[in-house]
Amino acid sequence: MRRVYLDHAATTAVHPEVLQTMLPYLQDQFGNPSSIYSWGREAKAAIENARAQVAVLINADPSEIIFTGSGTEADNFALSGVTDALDQRGAHIITSKIEHHAILHTAEALERKGYKVTYLPVNTEGLVNPETLKEAFTEGTVLVSIMFANNEIGTIEPIAELAQITKEHGALFHTDAVQAVGNLPIDVKQLDIDLLSLSGHKIYGPKGVGALYVRRGTRIKPLLHGGAQERKLRAGTENVPGIVGLGKAAELARLELAERQTHLTELREYLIDGVLSSIDHVRLNGHRSLRLPGNTNFSFEYIEGESLLLSLDLAGIAASSGSACTSGSLEPSHVLMAIGLPHEVAHGSLRLTIGRENTKEDIDYLLSVLPNIVKRLRSMSPLAPKGGLSHVQ
Amino acid sequence: MYSEKVMDHFTHPRNVGEIENPDGVGEVGNTVCGDVMKIFLRIKDDRIEDIKFKTFGCGAAIATSSMVTELVIGKTLQEAKEISNKTVAEALGGLPCQKMHCSNLAADALHAAIDDYHKKQKVSG
Ligand SMILES: Cc1ncc(COP(=O)(O)O)c(C=O)c1O
Repeated sequence: MRRVYLDHAATTAVHPEVLQTMLPYLQDQFGNPSSIYSWGREAKAAIENARAQVAVLINADPSEIIFTGSGTEADNFALSGVTDALDQRGAHIITSKIEHHAILHTAEALERKGYKVTYLPVNTEGLVNPETLKEAFTEGTVLVSIMFANNEIGTIEPIAELAQITKEHGALFHTDAVQAVGNLPIDVKQLDIDLLSLSGHKIYGPKGVGALYVRRGTRIKPLLHGGAQERKLRAGTENVPGIVGLGKAAELARLELAERQTHLTELREYLIDGVLSSIDHVRLNGHRSLRLPGNTNFSFEYIEGESLLLSLDLAGIAASSGSACTSGSLEPSHVLMAIGLPHEVAHGSLRLTIGRENTKEDIDYLLSVLPNIVKRLRSMSPLAPKGGLSHVQ
Repeated sequence: MYSEKVMDHFTHPRNVGEIENPDGVGEVGNTVCGDVMKIFLRIKDDRIEDIKFKTFGCGAAIATSSMVTELVIGKTLQEAKEISNKTVAEALGGLPCQKMHCSNLAADALHAAIDDYHKKQKVSG
């Protein structure tokens, strides 16, 4: 059976060149970067090379990159580390309702410690309104954290403007750019960003490695205590193969950025047009153009997302959904709720995210099976209008 | 995640559809939690002569609906009343535990349909 992977926002396959770069560090070059003999020095040099590769991708200085064990850790580090360092100055942070749980649950943990958190709403397309940010500042606001682009609906936030406003109010600006890095050009200097999270496995690098960019001079305290690694900001013997892999993935992302953007955007538009023209009672969630190049997210009325995913899986297609059944809770995705979808429409959501190895044939295959799956599930649904729906096909 | 039996009922659901002028209809669930099950009954001499279902929901919701119809078709109302959500889950070879609450409502829908039948009987009889 044909298999088509359309869940690149969940994770990506390690790029073959990334794998080749990593392999020596799992074999002969296994040294501990803190050791002074040749094995150690080689491992250390490899980490510093990777740091430079990650830094150029976002126009940072290598000394501003701190490797972490994941994108999640980078997010935790940013929020907890900055609030911890600035606790004399204030105890208020601002974020949005559509952040990844790595941010939201960290913010909730801070609330339990006594911090005040403002969760900015978004409009129906998932955009944070800069005006609402302006109104949210208080005396004690120390940090604003707004994601660069949303992982579910792909909406790209007005980061330059939000960072500017934050600066005017004397707070620090963090952005979770886990989905944006490698898919959009990012220049932390030009955007005036203080902290930025990224992750290896979303950019054809390995899992379990990420990084936090921390602008020089920014005060932050470590999450993990122990050895002196990462300038004492992230203790623990470094994941050398992982870091080397992230570095290579960042380099490839930089070299191939324009090409990837064009390829993904073309396939995305082809997919969106194909779905909207072959299926009725469907809506595209997110913003029509301020959207990650590889992201599509639809809601199919009258059907539920998990049964869609199961049906697609039976046809060899990997996708994801914001329905309650796939979120592990009884509520559909907080992102779909935040853009104002009614529950039943949120339950019927389907996210298809395209990656560098996808082809037009992959999308054609999807388009050849999806309409029938939707039709079959609707024929079983008590919510679908009697007499069935007209299908455009 | 799902047993083979669940996948079988999901891919080949039994007794999907509606019954014209049914003797009893039961609906449970709501769109907030993402599962709505509707059961239609045709009753003759206190037996379930025909049963159909329509379900909006996840794989487990569709499979349990299908399974309950298979379990009770041809059975007496008394026998049908004894079927519980647990019986249905067991007949499917078990459900993932997070599905036991939200999507395992097919027997409730069946009982609601039987209650509806009794109510209609009282009115007409
Ligand atoms: C926006 C966003 N932030 C953070 C993360 C977490 O990254 P990681 O899987 O590396 O912990 C993800 C990945 O799911 C994400 O999409």
